[in-house]
Amino acid sequence: MNKPVDTPKKKFHTSPLKLNLRTKTILIIVLTASMLVAIVINSLFIDVSTITTNFSSINLPPSFEHLFGTDWMGRDMFTRTLKGLGLSIMIGALASIISTVVAVILGLSSGMNKYLDSFVSWLVDLFSSIPHLLLIILISISLGGGVIGVIVGVGVSHWTTLTRVIRAEIKQINTSEYVHLSKNFGKSKWWIAKKHILPLILTQVVLGVILVFPHAIMHEASVTFLGFGLSPHEPAIGIILSESMKYLATGVWWLAFFPGVSLLIIVLLFDLVGDNLQKILDPTNAHE
Amino acid sequence: MELKGKNINFKYGFSKKWILKDLNISLKSGEIKGLIGDSGSGKSTLSKILSGYMEEKKFKGDITIDGLKPLKSGFNPVQLIFQHPEQTMNPKWKMKDILYESWDVTEDLIEEFGIQKSWLNRWPNELSGGELQRFAVLRALSPNTQFLIADEMTTMLDAVTQVQIWDLTIKITKQRNMGMLIVSHDKDLIDTICDDIVYLNDINNV
Repeated sequence: MNKPVDTPKKKFHTSPLKLNLRTKTILIIVLTASMLVAIVINSLFIDVSTITTNFSSINLPPSFEHLFGTDWMGRDMFTRTLKGLGLSIMIGALASIISTVVAVILGLSSGMNKYLDSFVSWLVDLFSSIPHLLLIILISISLGGGVIGVIVGVGVSHWTTLTRVIRAEIKQINTSEYVHLSKNFGKSKWWIAKKHILPLILTQVVLGVILVFPHAIMHEASVTFLGFGLSPHEPAIGIILSESMKYLATGVWWLAFFPGVSLLIIVLLFDLVGDNLQKILDPTNAHE
Repeated sequence: MELKGKNINFKYGFSKKWILKDLNISLKSGEIKGLIGDSGSGKSTLSKILSGYMEEKKFKGDITIDGLKPLKSGFNPVQLIFQHPEQTMNPKWKMKDILYESWDVTEDLIEEFGIQKSWLNRWPNELSGGELQRFAVLRALSPNTQFLIADEMTTMLDAVTQVQIWDLTIKITKQRNMGMLIVSHDKDLIDTICDDIVYLNDINNV
C-alpha cells in the first residue's frame, strides 16, 4: 500500500467560518450591542408627527404597512414600540449607572475600615429586605413621578447585589500580599484603593452595569404599567402595555403582543451581552 | 542601626499552644544573620512580625529600630521578600508598574539582575518564578531599605539562579551597610552566607 501515512487528521472541531470561541464571543457582543445602540439612535430620530392620531386607520391588524398594527387612535404601533424601547433603554442606562456608582462608592468605603464596613452591610440588608417594586413605587411617587422619579427609584434600589459582590472582592484583595507590600512601601489607603483595587474590580463593575440593565428596564416598565411611573403621554413600553390591556378583550391582540415581545427580546439581548462580556473579561485571561 | 524584637509572643486565635514565646532577636546594620528552624516553628511568623506585616494586636512584644517604634505610614525600612513572588504581585499590573511601585530602580541594577527589557511590558503570569523573584528582590532593595528579611527567598529557584540572586543581594546589602535576616531550611546555604546563625528552637522558650 502506497498510501501516505501522515494524512493530516482533523483534531478539533472547527466551525465552517473558522471562528474561535473568542472571536465568536466578541462578534456576539458587537452585534447585540450595536443592535441596542441602533434602537436608541433610531428612536431619537423618530418624528413625533408620524405617531399622531389618524382615525382613518384605527385598529388595523399587522400588515406590511404597519408591521405591529395600529391602535385605537390609528397610531403606528411599530414606531411607538421603537420609541418606547429607546426610552426604556435610556432610562435603564441612567438607572444602572446610578446603581453602579452607588455600589462602587459603598463597596470601596466598606474596604476602608470596620465601622464603615458594618454600616454598608447593614444598609445592604436594609435595602434588600424591602421588595424592589415597592421601593421603586415609593421613591417614584415621593419624587413626583415622571422620568426622574423612575430613574432615581430604579437607581437607588438596584445597587445591593453589586455592592455585596464588590465588598467581597475588596475583602479578598485587601488580604492579598501585594496590598500588604504596597502598604509597606509607604503607599496610602487611597492610593492602594485607586491603583490596586479599582482595576481588579473594574470587571465586576462593567458587568454590574450591564447585568443591572435588564432589571432596570423591566422594573421601569412594570412601575409604569402600574401607573406610578412615566406620564401617560410618553410612548414608554409600560404605558403601551397598560393601555393595550383595555383593548385586549376586544381581540386587538397585537397591541400587547408585539411591544411585549420586543421588550423581552431587548432584555434577553442585554443578558447575552453581559454573559459574553463576562467570558471575555474574566480576570485570569483578560490580556490574552 | 539595630532592629530589635523584644519578648515576642504569638499564638493563633484561641489556641493554647504558643508558636513564639518570650523571643528576643536583634539584627544590626551590616550583619547577615541566618534563621533556621523546623517546619511550623514560627520562622515565617517571626519574619512577618519583624517587617510589620502582622497587625500589632495579633502579637505581644516590641519591635524597635534603634529603640524607636517603626512608623505606621511611609516606607518601611524593614522589607520582607516572600517565597512565592507571584502572590506578591497584582495580576492586573504590568511588571514595570510592579517594579517601580517601590522606588525608581536604576537601569544598571535592572541589567545586573538579569532582567530583560521586554519583561517589563509583560504581566506577572507570563514570567517564570525565577524571573519574578528577581523583580521581587530588586524592588525590596530600595535605598530606604535598612533591613532585609528573606523568607525562603530562593527555595523555589534552580541552583544557578539562586547563586546569581544571592551574590547580587549580598553585594548590595554590603555596599549599603544593610542588615539581612535569611530564613531558610537550607543549612548549607546559611552556613555559606551568614555571619551568624540563630536556631529558632534555641531562642524560643516554648
